[in-house]
Amino acid sequence: MGMTMTQKILAAAAGLDKVEAGQLIEAKLDLVLGNDITSPVAIKEMDKMKVNGVFDKDKIALVPDHFVPNKDIKSAEHCKCVREFARKNEITNYFEVGEMGIEHALLPEKGLTVPGDVIIGADSHTCTYGALGAFSTGVGSTDMAAGMATGEAWFKVPSAIRFNLIGKPDKWVSGKDVILHIIGMIGVDGALYKSMEFVGEGIKNLTMDDRFTIANMAIEAGGKNGIFPVDDIAVAYLKEHTTRPYKIYEADPDAVYDEEYTIDLSTLRPTVSFPHLPENTHTIDEIHEMDDIRIDQVVIGSCTNGRIDDLRVAAEVLKDRHVAKGMRCIVIPATQKIYMQAMEEGLLKTFIEAGAVVSTPTCGPCLGGYMGILAEGERCVSTTNRNFVGRMGHISSEIYLASPAVAAASAVTGKISCPCEL
Amino acid sequence: MNAKGTVFKYGDNVDTDVIIPARYLNSSDPAELATHCMEDIDAGFIKKVQKGDIIVANKNFGCGSSREHAPIAIKAAGVSCVIAETFARIFYRNAINIGLPIIECPEAAQGIESGDEVEVDFDSGIITNVTKGTSFKGQAFPPFMQKIIAAEGLVNYINSK
Repeated sequence: MGMTMTQKILAAAAGLDKVEAGQLIEAKLDLVLGNDITSPVAIKEMDKMKVNGVFDKDKIALVPDHFVPNKDIKSAEHCKCVREFARKNEITNYFEVGEMGIEHALLPEKGLTVPGDVIIGADSHTCTYGALGAFSTGVGSTDMAAGMATGEAWFKVPSAIRFNLIGKPDKWVSGKDVILHIIGMIGVDGALYKSMEFVGEGIKNLTMDDRFTIANMAIEAGGKNGIFPVDDIAVAYLKEHTTRPYKIYEADPDAVYDEEYTIDLSTLRPTVSFPHLPENTHTIDEIHEMDDIRIDQVVIGSCTNGRIDDLRVAAEVLKDRHVAKGMRCIVIPATQKIYMQAMEEGLLKTFIEAGAVVSTPTCGPCLGGYMGILAEGERCVSTTNRNFVGRMGHISSEIYLASPAVAAASAVTGKISCPCEL
Repeated sequence: MNAKGTVFKYGDNVDTDVIIPARYLNSSDPAELATHCMEDIDAGFIKKVQKGDIIVANKNFGCGSSREHAPIAIKAAGVSCVIAETFARIFYRNAINIGLPIIECPEAAQGIESGDEVEVDFDSGIITNVTKGTSFKGQAFPPFMQKIIAAEGLVNYINSK
């Protein structure tokens, strides 16, 4: 019986020739990540461990991104704790405001995540790096502390679901629509404890930014990780962003999967997740059959959809148009580099002319931190990843998850809309 | 090791945002987090919960954000055990790592209601609904995880290695 891509990476990191689903292993880590919410708890736990500092100052990434620039005194204290820890331990990859970005957009851009890596991060969307053929998964703060101290983590080897993607998506269909469609199909626990392996000839029609979005939301189906094979598009991305050597792993031809799905990307439609679960999906055609869903706010950003492709498509929709009267549209480039690129390409001008606001990189509104909190009963179309009760503000507020194209079009009309309607 | 208490029962997909909303994550103090535990799903929880009480839920408990603040808040609120049909994987790891006892048992999740008195024997995995006079067998942890639980968390386990 062969191994899946994920199983091969884990076997190598555990120093084993072979692993199988369900096996408990201890694997060596290539990168341990934390942010300003989770790192302070990890630092406190690490203080209790009988260790002398971190296992490798080059293999830890600390990215204050959730509540920065500091939203209040308590957040400032958390960031200070992380900053001082980074200084004391001479952490190479600590990113201060001004050079930071939203962690899952930043680390691949900085070349810190490469194929074959085993990465843990105290943030659930750490699964993003599977887009580059790495095994990466979210953990909590104590696991992060143990990872920073020992350079190892325990894992239960996951079984896998194989998604065979074929065909080419239509103009307004993006990676976000692909993953929302999948979550709608299998449910928010459809991949619980499992790997989601995305393969097939259709992946050549998905940009790296599409793939980051898809792998990013594996957690919203309960997945342990999401992973793509490393093809020419991924290799070209790596050439541009990293000098780190890497090893490409491929699934064995006789690898065993719990389930297999074939998805024809050419049949997918712009898809929106209704409150209060990412699995409550409707296509734009179904939405057209409903009464108008009026909205108060649009957020375009986050670790899911704050990359340059996302901003380009949003700007394409907003060009020579204006945000509907009474609507707020908040655009958040995910990193300083993306922000600069958007400026150079004239995208920021388009956003501001359209009546949107543009923010420095932050996770802010996605988790109801700041920079776009919803009042009682308000509705938001958001390119973020979760629409749970109270996630972006008041418990009676509502979040509709969508692609940047749908979000931008909805900002123009004030109701959930597709760019094709404009 | 045993737990005994009154049950607070919840449904499917209780996410970590409702267990501890992100607006309170500018604190990492367990006692402070506990005062907001379950606030967005059950505003009365923190007023009613007594030391030793038990949370029972259906599938995918603890889904969403990786915030360890969620099991920390539950533990600091005095909850002695969480029983669910299934747990989201990061919550599962976090609970074990901080020493919050959890048990997967679909039958118990179905057979227990809010207000029931429930007793859990962690060594045998037997869950007894004292109110209804029924009992269930929860899934035992693999030996590796039992060692972490016996050490009362990952930090102590690593220190003992």
